[in-house]
Amino acid sequence: MIIFWVSVLALGILLYVLLDGFDLGVGILFGFTYNDDKRRVMISAVAPFWDGNETWLLVAGVVLWGAFPIIYAILFSALYLPLVFMLAGLILRGVAFEFRNKALHLRWVWDAAFAGGSLLAAFMQGLMVGALVAGLPISHGNYTGGEFGWLSPFSVLCGAGLCLGYALLGACWLVRKCSGEVQAGAYRLIPVLSLMAFAMLTAVFTVALREHLQVLDRWLERPYLFIFPVLGIAAGIGLISGVRRRRELEPLCFAAATFAAAFCTFAISFWPYMIPFSITIDAAAAPHSSLAFMFWGEGLFVLPLMLVYTALTCRVFHGKVRSQSDSY
Amino acid sequence: MHITALLLSRLQFAFTISFHIIFPSFTIGLAAWLTILEALHLATGRPTYRVLFEFWLKVFAVAFGIGVVTGVVMAFQFGTNWSVLARMSGPIQGPLISYETFMAFFLEASFFGILLFGRARVAPWLYLVSTAMVALGTTLSAFWIMVNNSWMQVPTGYVLSQGGFVPDDWPQILFNSVVWVRFPHMLLASYLTGAFCVAATGAWYVLRREFNAEARVMLHMGLGLAAVLLPVQLFFGHLVGDYVHDRQPAKFAAIEGRWHDEQPAGEVLIAIPDPATETDRYQIKVPVLGSLIGSLSLHSKEVGLTDFPREDRPPVAIPFFAFRIMVACGLIMLLLAWVGTYLSLKHRLERHRALLQIIFASFPLPFIAILTGWFTAEVGRQPWTIYGLLRTADAVTPILATRTALISLVVYCTLYAFIGAFGVLFIYRLLRAGPGGRLVLPPGSGRGRPLLTGNDPLIAAPESP
Repeated sequence: MIIFWVSVLALGILLYVLLDGFDLGVGILFGFTYNDDKRRVMISAVAPFWDGNETWLLVAGVVLWGAFPIIYAILFSALYLPLVFMLAGLILRGVAFEFRNKALHLRWVWDAAFAGGSLLAAFMQGLMVGALVAGLPISHGNYTGGEFGWLSPFSVLCGAGLCLGYALLGACWLVRKCSGEVQAGAYRLIPVLSLMAFAMLTAVFTVALREHLQVLDRWLERPYLFIFPVLGIAAGIGLISGVRRRRELEPLCFAAATFAAAFCTFAISFWPYMIPFSITIDAAAAPHSSLAFMFWGEGLFVLPLMLVYTALTCRVFHGKVRSQSDSY
Repeated sequence: MHITALLLSRLQFAFTISFHIIFPSFTIGLAAWLTILEALHLATGRPTYRVLFEFWLKVFAVAFGIGVVTGVVMAFQFGTNWSVLARMSGPIQGPLISYETFMAFFLEASFFGILLFGRARVAPWLYLVSTAMVALGTTLSAFWIMVNNSWMQVPTGYVLSQGGFVPDDWPQILFNSVVWVRFPHMLLASYLTGAFCVAATGAWYVLRREFNAEARVMLHMGLGLAAVLLPVQLFFGHLVGDYVHDRQPAKFAAIEGRWHDEQPAGEVLIAIPDPATETDRYQIKVPVLGSLIGSLSLHSKEVGLTDFPREDRPPVAIPFFAFRIMVACGLIMLLLAWVGTYLSLKHRLERHRALLQIIFASFPLPFIAILTGWFTAEVGRQPWTIYGLLRTADAVTPILATRTALISLVVYCTLYAFIGAFGVLFIYRLLRAGPGGRLVLPPGSGRGRPLLTGNDPLIAAPESP
């Protein structure tokens, strides 16, 4: 039961990062695009998807609450301000989809909200992952790191890194969903963004070494973990080769694989801890009656349905975006 | 009053949830209305229904968007501001809220995309199914929220273990009588909200002598639905009162403005409750009616607030007044719906312009009723967050600094005021412009279209309507 819910949690987070990652990434790239036609195509490429994609964040949040309430309570109260700013970013990004088309003179406000909101949310998510990796001080089931304990050079670097990573995913999505100039621009961006993301990853790793982060010891203890960075690098090479050969789907798949590899690296470095290195999965799990109630309904029946809906949306909205006024 | 993280957290929760509830209560009703319109159009082929559908879908989209983004905040707020509550009741509330996300949000989010962007991409029947799925999603969402809130009002089916609440009887948590009177009460309130907004819009166009066919459909369907549902709603309201009377006597006494035990008890119609002297000033009171309402008896003894220690009493003024405002709104709506429906059945409604003006001006009533109803329920259960078991003051995140709480409160207030103002402006513009204009797909032309035709392009959103 516990393993099932850890897996669902991991699946939820991974799907969120991949799916909303490309939405947020397109939002970030949107901020650096000044041509109005291009902007319209970009926003249309994610408009039917963002709501469903963002819901995976909620899945991660509520599974955490239902299955691991201690973690939910500690983590969310410890990361109070980053969460508030992330939510503010997501709110701005979310309403911008609807409001942009309705605005008469103030469209620039919602364009700024879309780009700025995406950037803010992405940065805060990276920062929180960074703070978690760097280690949150916990004693007797309470966070003791203070109001700004999540803020460190390491966590800021992680925030910037995730923005680049999402932008990369976004560019790959644009290659897949768009044609013409937007697609060509996205093809050109992918190598640049990959290089920048790689440089940022190196910087993050250097800082981690300098600060002797505890997580690095896990890598020495578990040398098999190096398989994931190797897979990540392989996927990165696949990504660039896909771009060179102008394949439309390959960059997206390989970028997703890179993210998945990074995610597995984290997950397995932490195992069996949920908050490294103070609270284990078993210690955090809710009572069996809670986990079982969730399992026999939402786990067994609704979760597969959710995956079906996600697939259905992708099926209905497959193919390329074309700028045409044929929807609401 | 001393400013603490607790006070700020309470303000923040009250503000964010009050702002949020306005939009779901509107969209739950609208989603049902859209489903009816789409079904009617498929059944009759009458173009008016399609015109109305596309018109209200635009309004729905704005309200739904705000509802979604402000709802996400709620799922995080329990952890950020109320970590003790989140930890203790997580084994019960967490699974309930997770069911909401799993069952409701995915239905809404996925099929809403099809509603907005998929008219030309799916078969008409699938489009109707998508509309119904969005409506089902909003209803399921309301269900799980009401189960969750009802458990906090009347905790049941749990055992206390290791400083937390462990569920030991899920059927009892899901199917107790409190849930099944409060959920219909909220659902009916949402349908009434939709009905009154639709009727008010219809009245507006009749007054402006525009969109005649659509306006009449809106006016008649809206008022007719309200006329049928309002008596049912009053009945469920009475049942909700019964559970409060039996399970939350202090809240009931506060609502009634009853300070001391009475036998038989009178009913205070209106007064100014004075906590200092523990009396009601300027009261208008009907004898015996209090016993009749509370226990359906002419001589029952009814409990007063002074039976409870001061630290266990809710603040009196908010539940007392909020409840009366809610009831007044309900009664005015009942009157309007019945008179309006009677006249519309006699085909005389369009001639009564004064009545139409009142109906047009009545659209805030259901929103006010919903907000004041929730104020009654939530303030009335204070000082408890889990009734009788966990005090609000003990539920707040212990490590939360006042400054941090202030930052988040300011962020949310600014942001919500900003998006709320624009959302209302955009909805107003849509309503003022009225139905009509270009349709996404001319009525009827979508019929018999094969499901998911091969290569049709993803259609981008238009720049302006």
